[in-house]
Amino acid sequence: MKVLVPVKRVIDYNVKVRVKADGSGVDLANVKMSMNPFDEIAVEEAIRLKEAGKAEEIVVVSIGVKQAQETLRTALAMGADRAILVVAADDVHTDIEPLAVAKILAKVVEEEQPGLVLAGKQAIDNDMNATGQMLSAILGWSQATFASEMGIDGDSAVVTREVDGGLQTIKVKMPAIVTVDLRLNEPRYASLPNIMKAKKKPLDEKTADDYGVDVTPRLEIVKTSEPAARAAGIMVGSVDELVAKLKEAGAV
Amino acid sequence: MAVLLLAEVTNGELAIDATAKAVTAAKALGDVTVLCAGASAAAAGDAAAMIDGVAKVLVAEDASLGHRLAEPTAALIASLAGDYEHIVAPATTDAKNVMPRVAALLDVMVLSDVSGVVDGNTFERPIYAGNAIQTVKSSDVKKVITFRTSTFDAAGEGGSASVESIGAGDDPGLSEWVEDKVAASDRPELTSAGVVVSGGRGVGSEENFALIEKLADKLGAAVGASRAAVDSGFAPNDWQVGQTGKVVAPDLYIAAGISGAIQHLAGMKDSKIIVAINKDEEAPIFQVADFGLVADLFQAVPELTEKL
Ligand SMILES: Cc1cc2nc3c(=O)[nH]c(=O)nc-3n(C[C@H](O)[C@H](O)[C@H](O)COP(=O)(O)OP(=O)(O)OC[C@H]3O[C@@H](n4cnc5c(N)ncnc54)[C@H](O)[C@@H]3O)c2cc1C
Ligand SMILES: Nc1ncnc2c1ncn2[C@@H]1O[C@H](COP(=O)(O)O)[C@@H](O)[C@H]1O
Repeated sequence: MKVLVPVKRVIDYNVKVRVKADGSGVDLANVKMSMNPFDEIAVEEAIRLKEAGKAEEIVVVSIGVKQAQETLRTALAMGADRAILVVAADDVHTDIEPLAVAKILAKVVEEEQPGLVLAGKQAIDNDMNATGQMLSAILGWSQATFASEMGIDGDSAVVTREVDGGLQTIKVKMPAIVTVDLRLNEPRYASLPNIMKAKKKPLDEKTADDYGVDVTPRLEIVKTSEPAARAAGIMVGSVDELVAKLKEAGAV
Repeated sequence: MAVLLLAEVTNGELAIDATAKAVTAAKALGDVTVLCAGASAAAAGDAAAMIDGVAKVLVAEDASLGHRLAEPTAALIASLAGDYEHIVAPATTDAKNVMPRVAALLDVMVLSDVSGVVDGNTFERPIYAGNAIQTVKSSDVKKVITFRTSTFDAAGEGGSASVESIGAGDDPGLSEWVEDKVAASDRPELTSAGVVVSGGRGVGSEENFALIEKLADKLGAAVGASRAAVDSGFAPNDWQVGQTGKVVAPDLYIAAGISGAIQHLAGMKDSKIIVAINKDEEAPIFQVADFGLVADLFQAVPELTEKL
């Protein structure tokens, strides 16, 4: 079985995001970018499936600006076999919407015929939490979102999902789309020799046009603003003082 | 204009708080029809009919809809979509599972976690863990939306909408439910509680979390946790508050042994009063706290429990 893992290049999760003064977006120039943390978990899971003999090949794909090839190289260094870069924007500030991403991924799936797509549950930049579900709808495949545990059992996958009330386990027919949550695994770091080897692994470059997908956004960004700031608080010196302040504020 | 709202129904029961908050957001868009889907959903439908501002209730009962599996639920909603310009739901994990699928079936974008309605096409939503608020205008003929419940007040009772039974959609038969692991609790639900007490890595162990729980019980509060506390096995996953967990905005939020990473703040910084207890005076949580106490939580939390 082949496993396809879509990986997104996003602002590093440690970076403090700054909204541009003119309200046109957030500043991404000269900011540290990394692989979306959920996608690292997806790549790790694919590698573990391969190590367990359940998968033969891992193909990673990223859609966006040319610089996303760094993200793909990271995935290759972790252990993916092959990468596809779909260039769909020139400006690093252009975010391709999940619907367009899902349409491009659907074309890649047609070409590559994977038995499983492992995506992140959410990109930490747009916080959409949508692409896997959309891809699954377009392909007419089964979906299991927010996976914290998974196993492949013949032609189905058993997936435990993190949901509001606790955990839900479902069994989905393969081929399937699984989106991964934080507790599925702990991704490995790429070793230096593997980073060197990754440079020689195949990375195909395509464009959105090659797949005939229109990436024009459906949502026009009117403006981007700072969230309301909280008024400064105070430090209290003791539990007694805290209790008094809470009573004064009518909070208890 | 007409709005179809997917109610939150779990095992036949309506999650009234989440649904009523989404009703408040949806009312601004037009006449609201609420869809209650489940293996049994009639009682949920009757409850939904009483929410103020609901014009009509549709009840779809079918075994295939029993566990809110995405494929049959999305197929049902897509089959009803013709009559509605807006298809909405509270941003629960169930709806986040289903609604993007509905949107793609209709070839439209989804608007996730919307926190403000500007007009029928224009919406506000937090991005980058709430570090920015984006206003977007949709050019799609249908708008598929999940509403961030923590930013809307629940609609009251007093409605008397008509209830109609409808059939299920086509079940593509792609998934099967196996089991739910739900911890029963007498505490209020995290996203609707008026007070939340959360513990982080500083709490140190699952046993020590009892300190947090005792304070919560004293205050009639829900219990929350940071990702680090959940990852370390101190607390169950459904207690996680944050960018990728639950978003809460109670009247009072008490954070003990939590450093205040942006991913955690994303889930609680809209709380009315924030209290932080941390032994490190440099901890970023103090920047959002109304009342900060630099102290060892193993002393301060039991003392607070006793003195309240
Ligand atoms: C993709 C992604 C998603 C994430 N999503 C979330 C999310 O949804 N929610 C979330 O919470 N995090 C999330 N995180 C994790 C986040 O970045 C932080 O790692 C996490 O919030 C840290 O948890 P913590 O504050 O409990 O632990 P730490 O950062 O380790 O802080 C522990 C704190 O406890 C204090 N402490 C220790 N002992 C005591 C004591 N005896 N008394 C008082 N104070 C004490 C310390 O001073 C310290 O400040 C996410 C991260 C990523 C990459
Ligand atoms: N531009 C992209 N390129 C590759 N994968 C993506 C892209 N956008 C989203 N994805 C995948 O879809 C997941 C969910 O993203 P989102 O729906 O945007 O929150 C991510 O974790 C990735 O696995």
